[in-house]
Amino acid sequence: MANYVRAHEDPPAVRLALILSAVAIMGFVVVVPLVNVFVGAFAEGFGTYWKNLADDPDTLHSIKLTLMVAPVAVFLNLIFGLAAAWAIARFRFPGRALLTAIIDMPFAVSPVVVGLFLLLIFGRQGFLGTWLREHDIQIVFAWPGLVIATCFVTFPVIARELIPLMEELGSEEEVAAVSLGARGWQLFRLVTLPNIKWGLLYGLILCNARAMGEFGAVFVISGHIAGKTDTMPLRVEKLFQEYNMVGAYAVSSVLAMLALVTLFLKSVLEWKTRQDLAASERLRAEGGAT
Amino acid sequence: MSITVRQVTKRFGAFTALNDVSLEVPPGELLALLGPSGSGKTTLLRIISGLEIPDTGSILYQDEDVTASAVRERNVGFVFQHYALFRHMTVFDNIGFGLKVRGRPKGEIRDRVMQLLRLIQLEGLERSLPSQLSGGQRQRVALARALAAEPKVLLLDEPFGALDAKVRNELRQWLRRLHDEIHVTSVFVTHDQEEAFEVADRVVIMSQGRIEQVGTPGEIFEHPATPFVMDFLGNVNVFHGHVQRGRARLGNIELAYPEYQDEKSRAATAFVRSHELEILKTKNGRPSLEARVTHVNVARSVVKVRVFADAFSIALTVDLSWDRFTELQLAPGDLVHVSPRQMRVFVQEQENS
Repeated sequence: MANYVRAHEDPPAVRLALILSAVAIMGFVVVVPLVNVFVGAFAEGFGTYWKNLADDPDTLHSIKLTLMVAPVAVFLNLIFGLAAAWAIARFRFPGRALLTAIIDMPFAVSPVVVGLFLLLIFGRQGFLGTWLREHDIQIVFAWPGLVIATCFVTFPVIARELIPLMEELGSEEEVAAVSLGARGWQLFRLVTLPNIKWGLLYGLILCNARAMGEFGAVFVISGHIAGKTDTMPLRVEKLFQEYNMVGAYAVSSVLAMLALVTLFLKSVLEWKTRQDLAASERLRAEGGAT
Repeated sequence: MSITVRQVTKRFGAFTALNDVSLEVPPGELLALLGPSGSGKTTLLRIISGLEIPDTGSILYQDEDVTASAVRERNVGFVFQHYALFRHMTVFDNIGFGLKVRGRPKGEIRDRVMQLLRLIQLEGLERSLPSQLSGGQRQRVALARALAAEPKVLLLDEPFGALDAKVRNELRQWLRRLHDEIHVTSVFVTHDQEEAFEVADRVVIMSQGRIEQVGTPGEIFEHPATPFVMDFLGNVNVFHGHVQRGRARLGNIELAYPEYQDEKSRAATAFVRSHELEILKTKNGRPSLEARVTHVNVARSVVKVRVFADAFSIALTVDLSWDRFTELQLAPGDLVHVSPRQMRVFVQEQENS
C-alpha cells in the first residue's frame, strides 16, 4: 500500500480526538471492568478465591451445568444453522426472504421475552403443559428448558456466519461434484465442509460464547434453583445478591477467562477465514490470465 | 455413444430458453453449439448433461431414454466455464474425485490419474493446488477430471472463454488432437465462431432458443441456411429489395432468382460477404452500384474499403487483396463501381414491408 496523504483525509486534530475517545470508551466500558473482575476475585487472596469456587457445591454445579448446556445447544445449532444456511444460500424458494428475516428474530427480541414465550408454551399452564405433564416430561425449571432457551437465543450466530460465506463461495464446485457422481453426504463432506470449515468453526465458537453467557431467557425458564438449574451467569447474580462479592467475582472470572479464550480462538479463525476467501478470490481473478 | 435431443422445450419464467429443439449427435463426433448469448446453447448443453431438466421433450443416450435420470447417473464428463476445480484439493485429488466417490480402489485411482496427467502433460504437478496453476493448466485439469471416470459423453461449457487469446488457441488445437485420440462423443458451447469452425466436426448455430442450421463448417460457410446465420457469420453487407417472377431486384442490381416465380412481389434480403464484392473504376457491363470511397483501412492481410452509395443510402465494406488495392490506387472521395460476384437472397416469410 502506497504511503501518501489523501486529500480527503481528516485533519490530525480530528483524527486524534476520535481515536482517543474510542480508546477511552473501550477502556472504561471493557478493560477496567474486566480487570476489576480479576482484582475482586483475588481481593482476599488465592486461597479464598479457590475455596469459593471448589468448596461451594452450588457453584460447582453451576459450572458443570453451563459446561453441559452450552455444548448441547451449540451442537443443535450446528445442525439448524447448517440446514438454514444451506437452504438460504443454495435454493430459491417462496418464503426465502421471510426465512432470512426470521433467522434474525432471536437477536431482535429481548431474551427475557423469549423466556416468557417458552414458559407460555412449556409451562404448567402453558400450551403444551398438560400434555407434557401426562407424559412426565419436565422442560421448564429443568435442563431441557435451559437448552431450548439457549438454542433459541443463539440460533442466528452460526447461520449468520455461514450464509454470506456460502453465497460468496458459490455452488460451482458443488455442481461439479454432482456431475462427477458425488452423492449428498460425499458432496458435503468432501467439497462443502472443507470450504466452509473455518467459518463454521468461527460460528461455533461465537455461538458457544453467547451460550455460556446467556442470562435473560435462562433466568425466566430455569426458576434459578441453586444446585439444580443455576448456570454460571445465574450463579453470579445470586452470589452478588447474597453479598458474597468474592464468590461472585470468582465465578465471573471463570466466565471471563472462557470469554478470553474464545476471543483468542475467534481472532485466529477470523484470520484463517480471510486467508481462505482471499485465496478463492485470487483463484477467480486469475481465471482469465495465465 | 450417440446423443439424441427430441423436441426439447425449456422455459425460465416467461423466457423461452429452448423452443422445440431436436438434434442428433452421432457417436464419436465433436459438435459445437454456436450462438450469441441468450440463444439457448448453454441451456441445451445443461439439459443434455442432466444439470437441467426439460419442460417437454426427451434426451436419449444411444437408445436409452435418460430424460428422467439425474446427472450423477448419466456418467457424463462436464467441463465448466470457470473450471470449478475443488480449491482445497490437489490436482491429483481433483482428477481422482469422480473415481473416489464411485468407490474405486486406491491403486486403480492412482494409475488412472497418472495416465491422465500424462495425457494433459501436467506430470509432476499432481501435488499442486488449483491456485498454483495457470488458467490453461487449470482448464486441462478440469478436462482430465471430467474424463477420469470414462464418461459416455463429454460436455464443455465455453471451455476456453476465460483464457487469453494465445492460450485459447493452443488449447483448441490440443482439444482437437485429444478428441482424435479418445473419440468420446463431445459437445461444446462457444460464442466464438472461429473456435467452433476450427475445432468441431459439425457446428450447430442457435438463435433465440431455436436451431438455425446444423452442418460441417464448410457447409455452413458455403450455404448459410438463414439470414440469421449469414449475419451471424459476419463480414457481410446487407441489401434490401424485392423478388418477383424469377428475378431479384436490389437497388439497381438485378439477378436471376428462379426459386421464386410468383407474380406477386415479395420483400427480400440479400447478403454479400465483403470479399465477394468487387471494386471497379469504370463500369464493365455487370450490374453494379455507384459509390464513393469513404475510408480505407489497411488490416493485416486485406485492405478494407468502406464505400457509400448515395443513390440508395447504403454503406458497404469491401475486402480487397493487397495486389488489387495497389492496382486500383483508391483514396477516400474516389467514385467507384461496386459489383457483387455472388449474392445470397432470402425471401421474407411475411408479405409486409
